[in-house]
Amino acid sequence: MQESVGKEKKPATIHLNRKWCKGCYICLEVCPKKVYEKSSEVSEKGFQPVLVSHPELCTRCLQCEMLCPDLAINVEKGE
Amino acid sequence: MELKKSKGTLAAGWYFMQGDEACAEGALAAGCRFYAGYPITPASEIMIRMVTRLPEVGGAFIQMEDEIGSISAVIGAAWAGAKAMTATSGPGLSLMIEALGYAVITETPCLIVDVQRAGPSTGQATRPAQGDMMMVKWGAHGDNEIIALAPWSVQEMYDLTVKAFNFAERFRVPVFLLADEAVGHLRETLVIQEEVEIFNRVKIPGKPPFGTEEINGVPPMPAFGEGANLLVTGSTHDPWGFRKTQDSAVQARLTERLVRKVRDFKSEVIEADSHLLEDAEIGVVAYGFTARAALAAVKTLRAQGVKAGLLRLVSIWPFADEAVAALGRRCRKVFVPEMNRGQIAGEMTKYTSTPVIPLPKTNGEVIEPAEIVEGIRRNL
Amino acid sequence: MNPKIYEMINDRAFPTPFCPGCGHGILMGAVLRAFGELEWDLKSTLFVSGIGCAAWIPSPHFKADTLHTLHGRAIAYATGAKLFNPRLKIMVISGDGDLSSIGGNHLIHAARRNMDMTVVCANNSIYGMTGGQVASTTPLGSMTTTTPKGNLERPFDLCKLAEAAGATFVARQPVATPIPLTRTLKKAITHKGFSFVEALSPCPTQYGRRNAFRTAFDMIQGLKNTCVSAEKAKGMSVEELAGKVVVGEFVDPGPK
Repeated sequence: MQESVGKEKKPATIHLNRKWCKGCYICLEVCPKKVYEKSSEVSEKGFQPVLVSHPELCTRCLQCEMLCPDLAINVEKGE
Repeated sequence: MELKKSKGTLAAGWYFMQGDEACAEGALAAGCRFYAGYPITPASEIMIRMVTRLPEVGGAFIQMEDEIGSISAVIGAAWAGAKAMTATSGPGLSLMIEALGYAVITETPCLIVDVQRAGPSTGQATRPAQGDMMMVKWGAHGDNEIIALAPWSVQEMYDLTVKAFNFAERFRVPVFLLADEAVGHLRETLVIQEEVEIFNRVKIPGKPPFGTEEINGVPPMPAFGEGANLLVTGSTHDPWGFRKTQDSAVQARLTERLVRKVRDFKSEVIEADSHLLEDAEIGVVAYGFTARAALAAVKTLRAQGVKAGLLRLVSIWPFADEAVAALGRRCRKVFVPEMNRGQIAGEMTKYTSTPVIPLPKTNGEVIEPAEIVEGIRRNL
Repeated sequence: MNPKIYEMINDRAFPTPFCPGCGHGILMGAVLRAFGELEWDLKSTLFVSGIGCAAWIPSPHFKADTLHTLHGRAIAYATGAKLFNPRLKIMVISGDGDLSSIGGNHLIHAARRNMDMTVVCANNSIYGMTGGQVASTTPLGSMTTTTPKGNLERPFDLCKLAEAAGATFVARQPVATPIPLTRTLKKAITHKGFSFVEALSPCPTQYGRRNAFRTAFDMIQGLKNTCVSAEKAKGMSVEELAGKVVVGEFVDPGPK
């Protein structure tokens, strides 16, 4: 996806609720920009939550947020 | 139970009415404003009366696709704030049993009228019986303390329906009116008063709707649309309605409270009439239409020199354990004429060791006074 | 992007009991987003559900009146509540087995009556909560615990069923495409009369595992591959449509 010429891309802030994430990795697979990675941590509930490793690549397409079954992702406009 | 007066829905006076019709009028007088039902002999007349009368008093009516739909709609309407009811007979009640358990655990006030007919199963649709006495108490799985009243006249089809609604609201429990085809289709005079005394469910916004501090309390009951964010569920739940299907303490407390909220106060509910019992040596216990014949039989026996007396059960559940025990202490034998194979007779043996002799009749016909007299004389 | 939905949920009920990757969780988000975008006051909305995983979508997660009923009976309970208080806005959210198998009778009658309510059927083509038994919507040949050699029974077309019964708004959308799903839900919610939305919602644990879907994403991708919009389907041949599922708004009287 091409960035618009002359327009400065505003970064995204991705809020990930690691307590709600169940590590299903739909977000990871569906993201067109490879923002996410698998984390090696194990959450309190025994899941391996996803990791927001490249938020700077996010285009705010919101697929991850809308497809997250746990409402664990909230993508906002960055500063 | 503090009752308040309410203006009736029919002008005061004398009426000549069918039992089923009187039941419908009693419901309206008690404040019933929702009926959902399905046709079934011999209860359809209640529904037919309700369909015309409910719109006249601003209520809602629906004939549902089956009995399961009917009792479901009743419970849904009760939680929308209605005093709600349905009427059926044995086969329909069998279909409603699952929902009965749901009403028990969600503590939903509602009235179920069972105009009993000869069974089991399809049986004899137009013939009377009293075969559902145990079913209403033990049909649903798990424990409960449902309330059941047995009218013996058209007047009681009216009065006990009012009382049934009051108990439902007071205890947040499903209540049964255990009529039978005989009293349901009977036509008699009925006196309607200017006012009836009714009880309305307690509302305390902000208080948990499914639990109380007391182990035998009845929680307040909000309705949908009042901003209570109700969590009504048939799963085991905490006082706010959150499911607690893995919590033993919650299950223990809930199951105990659901029973004790009625059982600990059963003296408010239990009602039995005594006829000629003061010096009785031979006791007769009867209820519903059969009690009319039992009363006549007792009078005949007295004229024949037998010191007989009648204990008429008005409430069936919770059971009149103390009254039966007292009767057993007074009498040397107790006879129980019933249009079933001894359901209440069997229950009585839990509370008295005095011989209880069932006089069952299950040929689809009412019991005649002479049959009771004969049955007693043969076993004196 | 929509913090409004976070005001509409009971925090203490999260994380949800749903499996990782459960389509019902995606549907939950779409429903909340639909109400959020409509700026709907949940105070006068009643959510009714039956028994099953889908029935746990509103109860206890939504901060609104919720009525969690018996298996198959949600619509009947909803009918009573709506009739007594017509001001209540009713949404039934329940599963395919709950609504069309044990609850089939109540579904067709409420549709026939055109009861003013929205029924969202979360269709995962299986009985998930009880461990993966065949449902009235399971595709021919699918493996389930009660069809260990492959399902021999044909499934319902739930949208055709609802339409034939008289529903006045009928639609089908997969959770894999959340934007059309949310748009359709908004239409269904604002429709006056009986609206039926079949949300195709994957069950990775019970259906996916037994039917060669390795991950939840595989099932999302699978939905995207097999679903074809009604408009597109018009121009496709019977052969091209084999194995496809047509989605879209099938009965829609449009805005009043």
